[in-house]
Amino acid sequence: MLEKSFEVMTNFNIFVFLIPFLPLVASIITLIFGKKYFRDKSHFLPVLALFLSFLLSIKVLIDVIGGKIYNFDVYTWIFASHLKVGLGFLIDPLSALMVAMVASLSFLIHVYSIGYMSGDPGYYRFFSYISLFTFFMFMLCMSNNLAQLYLGWEGVGLCSYLLIGFWYEKKSAADAGKKAFIVNRVGDFGFALGIFMVFYYLGTLYYHEIFPKLPEISHSYLNILGLKVYVPFLASFLLFCGAVGKSAQFPLHVWLPDAMEGPTPVSALIHAATMVTAGVFMVCRLHPLFELSNAMMCIVAFVGAFTCFMAATIAPTQFDIKRVIAFSTLSQLGYMFMACGVGAFIAGMFHLFTHAYFKALLFLGAGSVIHALHHAPDPNDIRIMGGLKKYMPVTFWTFLIASLSISGIPGFAGFFSKDEILSQAYFSQYSWGKIIWFIGWVVAAMTAFYTFRVVFRAFYGEFKGKDVIHGYPHESPKVMTIPLIFLAIGAVIAGWIGVPEVLGGNNLIEKFLEPVLGHPKVIHEIPHSTEYLLMGLSVLAGLSGIFLAWLVYIKVPALETVFSRNLKLLYTFLYRKWCFDELYHLIIIRPVLWTARCIVSKISDNFIIEGIVNGSARLVNIVGTGLRYLHTGIVNYYGSFVLLGVIIYIILYLYLK
Amino acid sequence: MDLLNNLLSWILWFPLIGIVIIFLINRTNEKAIKWVALITILIDFILSLILLLNFNFSDPGFQFVEKKKWLDFLNSYYFLGVDGISILFIPLTTLTTLLCILISWNSIKKKVKEFHLALLFTNISIVGTLCALDLLLFYIFWEAMLIPMYLIIGIWGGPRRIYATLKFFLYTFFGSVFMLIAIIYLYIKFGTFDYTLLLNKGYSFGIEKLLFLAFALAFAIKIPMWPVHTWLPDAHTEAPTAGSVILAGILIKLGAYGFLRFVLPMFPHASAYFTPLILTLSVIAIIYGGLACLAQEDLKRLIAYSSVSHMGFVTLGIFSLNPIAMKGAILQMINHGIVTGALFMCVGVVYDRTHSRAINYYGGLATTMPLYAALFMIFTLASIGLPGTNGFIGEFLILAGTFLSNKIATTFAALGVIIGAGYMLWLYQRVFFQKVSPNVKNLPPLKTNELVALIPMVILVFLIGLYPNLFLDFMKTSVANLLMNFK
Repeated sequence: MLEKSFEVMTNFNIFVFLIPFLPLVASIITLIFGKKYFRDKSHFLPVLALFLSFLLSIKVLIDVIGGKIYNFDVYTWIFASHLKVGLGFLIDPLSALMVAMVASLSFLIHVYSIGYMSGDPGYYRFFSYISLFTFFMFMLCMSNNLAQLYLGWEGVGLCSYLLIGFWYEKKSAADAGKKAFIVNRVGDFGFALGIFMVFYYLGTLYYHEIFPKLPEISHSYLNILGLKVYVPFLASFLLFCGAVGKSAQFPLHVWLPDAMEGPTPVSALIHAATMVTAGVFMVCRLHPLFELSNAMMCIVAFVGAFTCFMAATIAPTQFDIKRVIAFSTLSQLGYMFMACGVGAFIAGMFHLFTHAYFKALLFLGAGSVIHALHHAPDPNDIRIMGGLKKYMPVTFWTFLIASLSISGIPGFAGFFSKDEILSQAYFSQYSWGKIIWFIGWVVAAMTAFYTFRVVFRAFYGEFKGKDVIHGYPHESPKVMTIPLIFLAIGAVIAGWIGVPEVLGGNNLIEKFLEPVLGHPKVIHEIPHSTEYLLMGLSVLAGLSGIFLAWLVYIKVPALETVFSRNLKLLYTFLYRKWCFDELYHLIIIRPVLWTARCIVSKISDNFIIEGIVNGSARLVNIVGTGLRYLHTGIVNYYGSFVLLGVIIYIILYLYLK
Repeated sequence: MDLLNNLLSWILWFPLIGIVIIFLINRTNEKAIKWVALITILIDFILSLILLLNFNFSDPGFQFVEKKKWLDFLNSYYFLGVDGISILFIPLTTLTTLLCILISWNSIKKKVKEFHLALLFTNISIVGTLCALDLLLFYIFWEAMLIPMYLIIGIWGGPRRIYATLKFFLYTFFGSVFMLIAIIYLYIKFGTFDYTLLLNKGYSFGIEKLLFLAFALAFAIKIPMWPVHTWLPDAHTEAPTAGSVILAGILIKLGAYGFLRFVLPMFPHASAYFTPLILTLSVIAIIYGGLACLAQEDLKRLIAYSSVSHMGFVTLGIFSLNPIAMKGAILQMINHGIVTGALFMCVGVVYDRTHSRAINYYGGLATTMPLYAALFMIFTLASIGLPGTNGFIGEFLILAGTFLSNKIATTFAALGVIIGAGYMLWLYQRVFFQKVSPNVKNLPPLKTNELVALIPMVILVFLIGLYPNLFLDFMKTSVANLLMNFK
């Protein structure tokens, strides 16, 4: 379907190549020379590289809009027998959009970090890591095969690890980085097996060779211990494990809240806008495989829905501003998977795109607040904030725009994409569409509630942190507020590329992505009246959430304590994040360490195996002591032993012959 | 004399020149001894690179063959040759020895002369083992290897060195005895030690199984496979840095090499028969070794156990009997030599400064020794198989190839990848992150010799990780040739 309307370019293209390559070079040079030579100028190269990459990504996006597709290998990376993969790029509408999004955000966040990170002893390290991250993220999005996708996948994971643990002298930061890496490895375990399965059944890892071959496996089954398993189901399930890890979905979501230990620009870029959406991107990229199995689509939808709901119940109980936003990220990623699970891949990608802007904005706004309060012992605590509207107007207005956007207020970006997901879920051909719609609708109200809880607590009322910071906060420097303003523009207009037809738009993004992602799986006749009704309902949900937040946090502040006091058990359960950390500690970490220390090390290695080894050595020793009596020093005796040996030798010889 | 025709002999015996010169130098002139050893091995390394450059990629058989009458009365020949399976290990060996001399430049304080003699002897015996094609010659080199290693651990080792050397020696010797019996049996039966003549002999299946077991035991102990691995942690822990590096870097690879060179081609039916057993042991080694790492409190012991786990991947790849996995296994042998060797060097760097191997003695090294921390991080990432590093290519090929022949084994083996990330990152956190431990507050930065020894390893990590075909090309035809037996 691609070749018909697009011109496929298979020659090496320097512009495409430079998009990831420039940040890589900047990162390496900064890492090696930053500490000694660049010091507080370390941002220069990465920012420049990202700016150029951004321009190039726009150029490439225009090329793709103009009907070109790039698909070429830079060189053959691994070649063994019939396993052959290159490092190469596939730039089609899906990856062009993703690359442009990543480049623009990464550039803005680089600029913001100049202000946010200034004075940090690891300044050069920060800029090196974050542009290395951007390199790997580009490699992930632009890859033309699964092996390179995996390279980018693990690479962004590494940078995430390095940046979460950026302030590694803090134990909690080092722990969080390690946790993120290992939890992701659990998902990647499945992801790798999924790749092997694709290779086993289709004999290739290139996307453009995989898709035409998919019909070959659409009727194959695999026998696992007597159980007949549908091959596309198992393959996509295994691949989805990777997505669940990277995009922090239940049950591997536990790393993301802890990842907030990293510097705030990192949370904005990696743990909100780009890396965590890689799972959604991967599912969209491989959507023909996922669509082969209805069971798999159902799993995708409900994993998303469950995470979406769970995170939305936890967010209102948290007091760390970044954690609230982190849970909202979990929840929004859940929306994207819900979209994928009802066959609305375009809506999922659309939400990924708008979410990137308003969520990065929320984080950077929070970062601006944290920056202003950084003298406080815990600057992230919303209980010491309040009244910031007066002191930090730019931060306030931009944060408000992001909040309206995520709450789905008409006109803002989040409205269009969320509405697209909800309506396509409602009209989905899949039977679980209506349930998904309902969950999404409920969570929309909750989202507005907890987002505006932060808005009201942080920006309205009286400033409560006078004593901890000994004074009043100030607005952040221009180098931070200007990116906020740009992102705020994005958080509004990013949605305008997907204005649905019922509102008089012409849904550009759907037309753009349709050649790659296919037409949404919706019923054919969609009554406009129902569409308006659904839209009205979601607006209502958003407004009622905001109203409720206003009621609880501005009008009648006593309500909050009433809730937390009377429903103590439920409140604690939510506050402890449904106790997943405790559960995993109890059923996984402790048993594994216990097995390692007791069973493997003490009992098996030191007692059984070493016991046998040392025991036989002792036996030899005893026998040897006995044999010492034969060491008489009398040559005749020795002679007879030699003779005995020869006789045994001859007997053996004759026997074996 | 034409160098190319006798290139293997040159590489093999060249260190003898250094040995003779060192013998003649007064033992107090330590500097001269070190330089002679260094230059000798450097030239030997260059010779082995010449070997690589002259390799014919399309020839599946042996190249650079030298065959001369040696022990006539036993019909044994001085018979050398390399093919795509063994050739890469020769430069790896000379390089490792070279770096060992560098890394020990300041850390060996007693008996400097003997130390360098022992290293040069080790180099000879290992290269000999890798290119001998006469079973008797192979066996002599194989056993000769033990002596310098025994001395290196026993003289320059840690406090429990005597126990460790004895264990190492008896363990490996125990295995070799069975191999010797099998070699003698083959000689009696066929009247030759010539490896190429002993291929495709029609044994009865029962005899073939016995011969397989005799050879396999020797090699399994060397690798070491589970459950005959317990000599390794002790030997590694007590050995001086150079000893650990040679052990991890090359010596234990020879077990896996033995499987590839002798066991699979000579006893294909028995190998196929025992495949499920070996695959099971490999998977156990991967998971068991990884779990054991989680329990270690000693830096060197932890890395030693990680070798058990990594070598499990190697045997898994070999016995998958599939070209992708087997190439992965050979590459992984080289990778493991580079990465684990480098990790032992890194441990040696701090051990020289603090004389402690306890993990909880350290902390916050990333603050006090940032460059060292960065290098250690690169090797850690290579060890856990991050794409872009060499570890990934090896593991990926092994697992992707094994998946084609045995899905269950692959699934369990892939679990080892999770555990691997667990223990290595935990180790890294405890040693390098968090608060600076008072013990490491004023450690001097990396010295030149240490840096020079580690940089080639970093280059190789990325070279193999980004352009593995440079190395995979060497194996192509030989691996295909070897697997013909199993079609």
